[in-house]
Amino acid sequence: MEKVIVVENLTKAFGRFKAVDQISFEVEKGEIFGFLGANGAGKTTAMRMLCGLSIPTSGKAIVAGYDIRTQPEMIKKNIGYMSQKFALYEDLTVAENIRFYAGIYHVPEKEIAPRTQKLLERLGLEHEKDSLVKALPLGWKQKLAFSVAVFHHPGIVFLDEPTGGVDPVTRRQFWEMIYEATDSGITVFVTTHYMDEAEYCDRVSIMVDGKIAALDTPANLKKEFDANNMDEVFYRLARNASRKAD
Amino acid sequence: MHPEKPIEMKQFISFVRKEFHHIFRDRTTMAILLILPVLMLLLFGYAINTEVKNSKIAVYDPSNDTYTRAIIEKMQASEYFSVVKMLKNEQEMSEQFKSGEVKMVIAFSENFHENLLHTGDAQIALIADATDPNSAKSVVNYATAIIAGYQLESQQLQQIPFQIDTQIKLLYNPQMKGAYNFVPGVMGMILMLICAMMTSISIAREKEMGTMEVLLVSPVKPAMLIIAKTIPYFFISLINLTTILLISVFILGVPVAGSLFWLLALSLVYIFVNLSLGLVISSVVNNQQTALLISGMVLMLPVIMLSGMMFPIENMPVFFQWISQLIPAKWYIIGVKQIMIKGLGFSAIMPQLAVLSGMAVLLIAISIKKFKYRLE
Amino acid sequence: MIFILPFVALALFPLVANFEVKNINLAVVDHDHSSFSARLIQKTASSGYFHLTRTTADYQTALHHIEQDDADVILEIAPGFEKNLMNYQPAEVLISTNTVNGMKGGLSSMYLSGIISDFSAEIRAEHLQSNSKLKANSLEIIPRYDYNPHLEYKYTMVPAILMMMLAMLSGFLPALNIVGEKEKGTIEQLNVTPVSKFTLILSKLIPYWVIGFIVLTICFLVAWMFYGMISAGGYLQIYLFAAVFVLAFSGLGLVISNYANTVQQAMFMMFFFVITFIFLSGLYTPVSSMPGWTQTLSRISPLRYMVEVLRFIFLKGSNFFDLKWHFAALCGFAVLFNGWAVLSYRKTN
Repeated sequence: MEKVIVVENLTKAFGRFKAVDQISFEVEKGEIFGFLGANGAGKTTAMRMLCGLSIPTSGKAIVAGYDIRTQPEMIKKNIGYMSQKFALYEDLTVAENIRFYAGIYHVPEKEIAPRTQKLLERLGLEHEKDSLVKALPLGWKQKLAFSVAVFHHPGIVFLDEPTGGVDPVTRRQFWEMIYEATDSGITVFVTTHYMDEAEYCDRVSIMVDGKIAALDTPANLKKEFDANNMDEVFYRLARNASRKAD
Repeated sequence: MHPEKPIEMKQFISFVRKEFHHIFRDRTTMAILLILPVLMLLLFGYAINTEVKNSKIAVYDPSNDTYTRAIIEKMQASEYFSVVKMLKNEQEMSEQFKSGEVKMVIAFSENFHENLLHTGDAQIALIADATDPNSAKSVVNYATAIIAGYQLESQQLQQIPFQIDTQIKLLYNPQMKGAYNFVPGVMGMILMLICAMMTSISIAREKEMGTMEVLLVSPVKPAMLIIAKTIPYFFISLINLTTILLISVFILGVPVAGSLFWLLALSLVYIFVNLSLGLVISSVVNNQQTALLISGMVLMLPVIMLSGMMFPIENMPVFFQWISQLIPAKWYIIGVKQIMIKGLGFSAIMPQLAVLSGMAVLLIAISIKKFKYRLE
Repeated sequence: MIFILPFVALALFPLVANFEVKNINLAVVDHDHSSFSARLIQKTASSGYFHLTRTTADYQTALHHIEQDDADVILEIAPGFEKNLMNYQPAEVLISTNTVNGMKGGLSSMYLSGIISDFSAEIRAEHLQSNSKLKANSLEIIPRYDYNPHLEYKYTMVPAILMMMLAMLSGFLPALNIVGEKEKGTIEQLNVTPVSKFTLILSKLIPYWVIGFIVLTICFLVAWMFYGMISAGGYLQIYLFAAVFVLAFSGLGLVISNYANTVQQAMFMMFFFVITFIFLSGLYTPVSSMPGWTQTLSRISPLRYMVEVLRFIFLKGSNFFDLKWHFAALCGFAVLFNGWAVLSYRKTN
């Protein structure tokens, strides 16, 4: 299998505090990789380094074939990103938001209209095309944000706690969209708090105190920790953490 | 890099389009941005008036003879004064001042005409309410001139010896309109408000909403992001500049005496200075509230206080005069006065143009250097 | 922060806000070079108003100095100045003033022509001592400046700054606070409580009023320590007026906060109102020298009444009865703005 993310001994220190401490892992193409950890465990910092937002203190990582130290701009062209905070412009319409992100991600002009049409149909938002994003319910906003993040067909999409505050039905629909995206060959790197979502991932890593404490498929992890569900696995690993949740 | 160019251009255009969407959608702010300068200009143009006209005065005239009556009549006839009250005694005087009825009391000494003719011991006291020093001085000066004029007239000499014929020539602003002094100030303030404040707020808003992070992960180049952010405000400030000039020429009657070209050139440089100032501010703040506060404290206050827009710089303590050198608006306002009001040419604004260009280059350099395109 | 502000404002503002017209830069063009012209120049330079910065040979050069802002006024003495004077012919003098700043220009030319007419009176007195008719006929004009004999601007400015402080602290801070809560969404929290809107608004305002009064007191202390200024009228009266004023102004702030959805909009609206009110208040230019309709307009500025009240009480020692109409007007504003604020406040959208 082709490896789209290769991380070796990646470290990020703020002064003496090591937010991310020598982590190593690999992500394969087309995989849904769950990146779990308690608040403050270092997930977001690690993810930002992979997106080229933050320079590592030491170690290396290759994302989509490019080095995060030397070629962050090339990485940016080949990934999609959906942030923890809702990241569409509330005061723009649905169509204007799509148009804007399509523009900055170099989606060819003649493709924009058909892709937009398809996206709106898929989300059932045809009639909301010209309404302001702030008028949409949260669930729809999140689905729209995800669709926008993969609008330019990136190789990898990074999702930072994408389903926060969303009802279970919408969450299910959201994960259906993630599966659809992987079917078209997109690799998904997702952080989450919801352990039921961890079950949907192909492989899961659990970070504790800046280190990766466990990394395997959900089934193998449950077997290894003799647990009925991911919740228990997570609890066993995280209760020994020295960093308290912030 | 050549084949990439059209793509970058496309990116840029979608960015600028998005910025315009933001601005047009926020109707209230938009309206404020366009109407505020107009209202302020009209307000400044009309409310700021330093001419003393029809000042209310009271008279205490115990003599009540032909001479004093004639002086009072002269006062009344002049456009500067209107006599609203004849006082019966000196005590009434302070009552008049305390209720703010009159600006000045003219008090004649007793047996005025008698004494004037015989002992030469005739006095007129001009008692002004000096809670506002300059207007107090003006009324006293006008009254002195009127009395002196009457005195010469009454001497009925064929030819007054040792007379000096003083001609007064008022340069640049013969009607002494307040607007001449304030239009350049308003221009300096409005352009700064729109360019620096709005730019810093709009960037801070992206940070606050979390969209900045998404932009930073996208392939947009930081320089492009910065330029795209400033372009809409650049256009709005051009619109404002145009409205300000139109209003000042056609409504306030403040002409553009010098070259319009250099006026616009100077304004462009000033706009650049402020846009980059806005960028510098936005690079140090993370939310709109702080951006507003900093713009208010670092930009508005010094501009209003120290730029010479309201208060004459030459009267300030030396320390403040030094600080005022650092304020772009000060240089701009002087430059605008040179061109617009005095009608001078390029050579007269060379120092201002040079200083502003220097500031622009410096600030742009700082803002590009400070703009964090990685968040940490 | 809130308590340092009055110190800084009171200590710095009067230093900067100084409209005194003095140190006028004078350029002299003397075509006569006589003892009279020299005397006139000497008299002007020693008057205390003018600085003789340039002496030029021709008018053009002097004008150039005005263009460069090196000079504010040109005094040009015509050739034959002395000769004409001695021959009882009118002697000619030209004053050219830069009137870009109308106030400064007007006053400088007024001072200069005053000095010149003094000068002519002086030489007339010297040369015509024998002529008793002229001598006897001289009357004396005594100017007197009440309440501010040295014509210092700080006396005018300090009361005005007191008023600005009050307006800012008790009118605008609460409004910004409310709009801020609105923007963050925390105001929803308050709206779901059973508290009546009246209580809600009041509880928002009271802390700022208290701060306003503390600041006012600090300002009085600063005025006394820095400038030796003690109110000529009763302090209690000032507090009484201030209470009504604060009520009126925070009402205005509330009205704004009800209409603004974002802090940014609120700031702009306030900026507009403050600038308008300040300019109509007579803080910078006296209301009496505004055109008629602006004077009428200035009646809608609560600041105008408060500036007058403070100046009158503080400097002139006016009492409540002198200012009863001001009091009535301020009460009117308080009722108007607060009524409007309560009516336009909606707990539900």
